[in-house]
Amino acid sequence: MPKLSYAKALNRALSDEMARDPSVFVMGEDIHLALTQTTTGLLDRFGPQRVVQTPLSEQGFTNFATGAAMAGRRPVVEYQIPFLLLLVIEQIANQANKFALMSGGQTRVPVTYLLPGTGWRPGWGAQHSDQPYSVFAHLGVKTVIPATPTDAYGLLTTAIRDDDPVMVFAPMPALGIREDVDYADLAPIPLGVGLVRRAGTDVTVVAVGHLVHDALAVAEELAGEVSVEVFDPRSLYPFDWAGLAASLERTGRLVVFDDSNRSCGLAGEILATAAEEMRLDAAPKRVTRPDGAVVIGCAPGLDLAVQPSRAQLTNAIRAVLKS
Amino acid sequence: MNAARLYRTMRLIRRFEERAIELVRSGDIASGIHPCIGQEAVAAGVCAALRPDDIVLSNHRGHGHLLAKGSDPGRFLAELAAKDTGIDRGRAGSFHPSDFSVGVYGASGTVGHGAAIAAGVAWAVGQDSDRVVVSFFGDGAVSQGALLESFNLAALWQVPVVFVCENNYYATTLPADTAIAGTVTGRAEAFGIPAYTVDGQDADVVLEAAAGAVGRARAGGGPSLLEFSTYRYEGHHTFERTMRLRYRDEAEVARWRARDPLALQASRVAPGERERIDAEIETLLDEAVRYAVESPQPDPLDAFDHLYAGGMRVRAGVSHA
Repeated sequence: MPKLSYAKALNRALSDEMARDPSVFVMGEDIHLALTQTTTGLLDRFGPQRVVQTPLSEQGFTNFATGAAMAGRRPVVEYQIPFLLLLVIEQIANQANKFALMSGGQTRVPVTYLLPGTGWRPGWGAQHSDQPYSVFAHLGVKTVIPATPTDAYGLLTTAIRDDDPVMVFAPMPALGIREDVDYADLAPIPLGVGLVRRAGTDVTVVAVGHLVHDALAVAEELAGEVSVEVFDPRSLYPFDWAGLAASLERTGRLVVFDDSNRSCGLAGEILATAAEEMRLDAAPKRVTRPDGAVVIGCAPGLDLAVQPSRAQLTNAIRAVLKS
Repeated sequence: MNAARLYRTMRLIRRFEERAIELVRSGDIASGIHPCIGQEAVAAGVCAALRPDDIVLSNHRGHGHLLAKGSDPGRFLAELAAKDTGIDRGRAGSFHPSDFSVGVYGASGTVGHGAAIAAGVAWAVGQDSDRVVVSFFGDGAVSQGALLESFNLAALWQVPVVFVCENNYYATTLPADTAIAGTVTGRAEAFGIPAYTVDGQDADVVLEAAAGAVGRARAGGGPSLLEFSTYRYEGHHTFERTMRLRYRDEAEVARWRARDPLALQASRVAPGERERIDAEIETLLDEAVRYAVESPQPDPLDAFDHLYAGGMRVRAGVSHA
């Protein structure tokens, strides 16, 4: 079976959707030379009208995509660096995401916002390593974060076909992951459907994005001591609450492993919902980024000290088992 | 375009808003409105230069734009009253109206940010048609960086958009001469966009300027900017009627009232024709008011309708489990 990398899966999904549907086009910075590899080969295949290279004008081209979408296109907008999302929150959450509502259903805005490289970049400093997916889930923008190449293909495909704005976060640490795949098995994955990556009976670990792989490694390390179930939500908004409830029915214990800042982050929402609505036999725990600045500076060692880690997850799992 | 048709559009806008202000006073329009009374010649003249399949992006002072593009006054007034029978099912109100049946693709509440949306619409429709898009904004918008980004993209890619600045000289209470360094047209010219300052109180002059810019865009000549010099006779919003803000000099208001665009256009229509039009509009608006007032409120059980085009249901704010 061929090996498919995460980055190549994004490229393949985009290419397949552009071939399937002439209304799909991609726009962003440096995409003619495929700086992020997402658009490799697309300019030659589809031409500059469908591979639209933009100036450094994020607010302008984000709104531009909204207009193109209302005129019947399906734009995929790429942002090289996650902090650029902070510049266009208004254009995504207050413009694109509200036109269906404000028009009483007369229009739709099927834009995909693709972030091929979110989260920590070693040594890149305070402004290049954000992971703001909780912000968009909070604002009600559909948000997915695939952990594997197969899911990267399937969720990007679904995002492009969806009639609403969808954020696709591709975590930097996951981009190099490779997976044996049969190309015939690559298919759209519905929003709001999580996946039990590893079945277990003692504790459910909800792991987000690239942290799924760390959670699986910890589960394997602890296999002789505790049976860990790893639940990958894949889609953060909508969230597969029924899938989580089913997992907690089996285990009754919960740890959330989330690359968000602690205050008002996704992990807090998962703990709160589980506490209100689901079986919990012990107080749950979360392992997240700290409050406040998520990256300290340009010293990789300094940054690593504040990233959610396997050691922290191991400790949290042991703690919820004791209580 | 004959004078009577322009007059009819302007008279409709004027009387529609006067009736809407009555409905604000009676509490039927809870939000209040941003009246465009005094600026009717711009909406009427610009939209008269458009074809039915051309597209308009409006702003918060947009009633004239929709009416000039052909929206039904009854369904529009019902929208202002936030009724389920409104054009946008009461989800837009006075602030964000769209009417896709007549080519009005919405009104952004973020001043200046609708222009890039308009440029994107124009880019998309320009690839397989000769349709033209008009983006309306006010003098307040020209201080927004996002507006300059949309000028850049529109000029780079030569999209068929006409940027229309309705310069009424006040951004809420802020006088334009204390807010704008340089000029409105100079901003567009810096991007290679032809730009003209035009009298916005004379509908004939507006129409002529708009026809030129629209024709240029339709022929593939790219974007233009038209700055119309105009004035709103009412406050920024109807809430001003309770505030006595006094940011405009009474002599200045009187000067602009003496250049009433509706009176000017009326002078170009024979008295008999004018009376017939006025009577027709009163009948139309009597019916529109009745429709707006008597229509049902949206059902609170439908509050989540249209949040997502795909119909996704959201969790309520309280847990029932």
